[in-house]
Amino acid sequence: MALEKITQVTGRGVFVPGDDIDTDRIIPARFMKCVTFDGLGVFAFADARLHDKEAGRVHPLDDPRFSGATILLSGSNFGCGSSREHAPQSLYRFGHRAIIAESFAEIFFGNSTTLGVPCVKMSQQDIAGLASIIESDPAALITIDLEENKVTVADVDFSGEITMPGHAREALTTGRWDSIADLVDGLDEVRNRVASIPYLASGAS
Amino acid sequence: MGKTLLDKVWDEHTVRTLPDGRTQLLIGTHLIHEVTSPQAFGMLRDLGLKVLYPNRTFATVDHIVPTDQREEPFSDPLADAMVKELRKNCAETGVTFFDLPSGNQGIVHIVGPEQGITQPGTTIACGDSHTSTHGAFGAIAFGIGTSQVRDVLATQTMAISKPKVRRINVDGKLAPGVYAKDVTLHIIRHLGVNGGIGYAYEYGGSTFDSFTQEERMTVCNMAIEGGARVGYVNPDETTFEYLRGRPYSPKGAEWDASVSRWKATASDSDCVYDDVVNFKAEDILPTVTWGITPAQAVFIDEAIPYPEALPEKDRATAIEALEHMKVSPGTPVSGLRIDVAFLGSCTNGRLSDLQEVAKYIRGHKVAPHVKAIVVPGSQGVAAIAEKMGLAEIFREAGFEWRGAGCSMCLGMNPDKLVGDQLCASSSNRNFKGRQGSPTGRTMLMSPLMVAAAALSGEVTDARKVFGIN
Ligand code: SF4
Repeated sequence: MALEKITQVTGRGVFVPGDDIDTDRIIPARFMKCVTFDGLGVFAFADARLHDKEAGRVHPLDDPRFSGATILLSGSNFGCGSSREHAPQSLYRFGHRAIIAESFAEIFFGNSTTLGVPCVKMSQQDIAGLASIIESDPAALITIDLEENKVTVADVDFSGEITMPGHAREALTTGRWDSIADLVDGLDEVRNRVASIPYLASGAS
Repeated sequence: MGKTLLDKVWDEHTVRTLPDGRTQLLIGTHLIHEVTSPQAFGMLRDLGLKVLYPNRTFATVDHIVPTDQREEPFSDPLADAMVKELRKNCAETGVTFFDLPSGNQGIVHIVGPEQGITQPGTTIACGDSHTSTHGAFGAIAFGIGTSQVRDVLATQTMAISKPKVRRINVDGKLAPGVYAKDVTLHIIRHLGVNGGIGYAYEYGGSTFDSFTQEERMTVCNMAIEGGARVGYVNPDETTFEYLRGRPYSPKGAEWDASVSRWKATASDSDCVYDDVVNFKAEDILPTVTWGITPAQAVFIDEAIPYPEALPEKDRATAIEALEHMKVSPGTPVSGLRIDVAFLGSCTNGRLSDLQEVAKYIRGHKVAPHVKAIVVPGSQGVAAIAEKMGLAEIFREAGFEWRGAGCSMCLGMNPDKLVGDQLCASSSNRNFKGRQGSPTGRTMLMSPLMVAAAALSGEVTDARKVFGIN
């Protein structure tokens, strides 16, 4: 299965500040009653957005200045909590194609990579720098370069170093981010392994 | 040099190294539920793939099941559709389904162990982050996303990198009134909600050695709240005794062979860990959370911290937590008035949790302004508890006795907080909006502390309420 090779993501950014933004925040559980992921985009950060609206504030995702942004910026331990793939699915369907944060929770990171959404780590200082650039110019075009390990902004003197585990970079840049094809390739070896493990061999059909 | 349990299980289940460097890891046991599996079956159909080993996947319904109205159709058509979708998917693919009428339905992390499906030395995956619970048996158990549910259905494997191992020792004897829940909250409070990223937590030490199997499950359940995707305890006689005679446990000669294999999977005494952290049981007191992450916790005799007194990296979240929880720094947690008490979930909805509370609440009454519900973690737990007369004890004290499910742990079924209600909860997450109301407030604590709060109408030290010393 040939997938797109993701080496760069370019787009406008939006900053949702905060540490430990959990998956209940990204998509509250009551919006997960669905048998497909199709309609989840509208529920991204649903409660936080409503809360801001009621308090007379504008949540970054509802701020017209950042409408159409495809790169999400946030704090540390982004995506902690539940394993729900509904979280990256809702961000993806909202339009986000990459996430820059200080750090990511593991399951969220893996779920995002499988959707072809790079999650890259950048220092708090650089995230703050990038956030202030987009605050003053929401149209600033950000480029995440997975091969050069850096984030740059068109026509602005900014360069932030990013890190990402090697396997995820490899998977994204070689177009193997959805692992199903590779896993299916190994099926003969899977059957052999099953036959060699006592608790599986006995009942395997 | 010896090997850890993780090393041994990993080696045995490694199929090959994938082109991106990750391991194609065989998943021996796959558990599914109604929320994260329907999309996976859909993807499978789109790709024209089949379930490779239907006998290695087991299903149940828990998240969306109402705990009062148990007959179908459920009043929520979406919930009803999700149960029917899972039933159809299981029937079509030959996956065993612990369905509502079976008498064996319940929270997936309670059903696996009680059926004897969760076994030492195995790999387990489930589309739910609290799959770490199963590590209590010496299994390596991963919470996974829906695309990985698809991967496991289609190939019985998934792509994953091997974590490092942090050994967490807790030694000594817990004081009366201090529970496994306090131990797990204490560990998270000290290592942080992201301290475990990249690690599997191996829990051990004399406190764990003397823990029951159910207490070990409570701690492993919350490994993920500390950022560790996997948590486990080395299997021992306690584990084997728990598993003996369960429906899916090995029988006869196979039992003896299994036990010797299980023993051999425990970490070797000369293995080397990537990190070691030590705690003393006697330092741990009843613990409650005051904020919006499980690490924002204090002992029952402490006050809510001042953000300025916290390490700088924790301040912003603390300020956000104070605002959401509508509490002021310096206020003792003891005395906060609660509206709801929830006793249940995959952390503390097991028989021993209900037994422990029932032991103390006779002759007490739930405070008039408190709504208190008890939700057994499975139909199996409910049946035994009812037979033992526990349900009656709870009802007499003014608790509602419900049917098995996730209930108020998360807002996916009719059990939800309303407005900014404050809930004393035996569950595992106090995230904003977790219990179904965007402004709802959750304080995590042990089952006995939940009961004490229900009776007193406020957060309070269960040891004082019940004269435990
Ligand atoms: S009880 Fe709560 S944490 Fe456990 S599986 Fe259900 S929703 Fe998840």
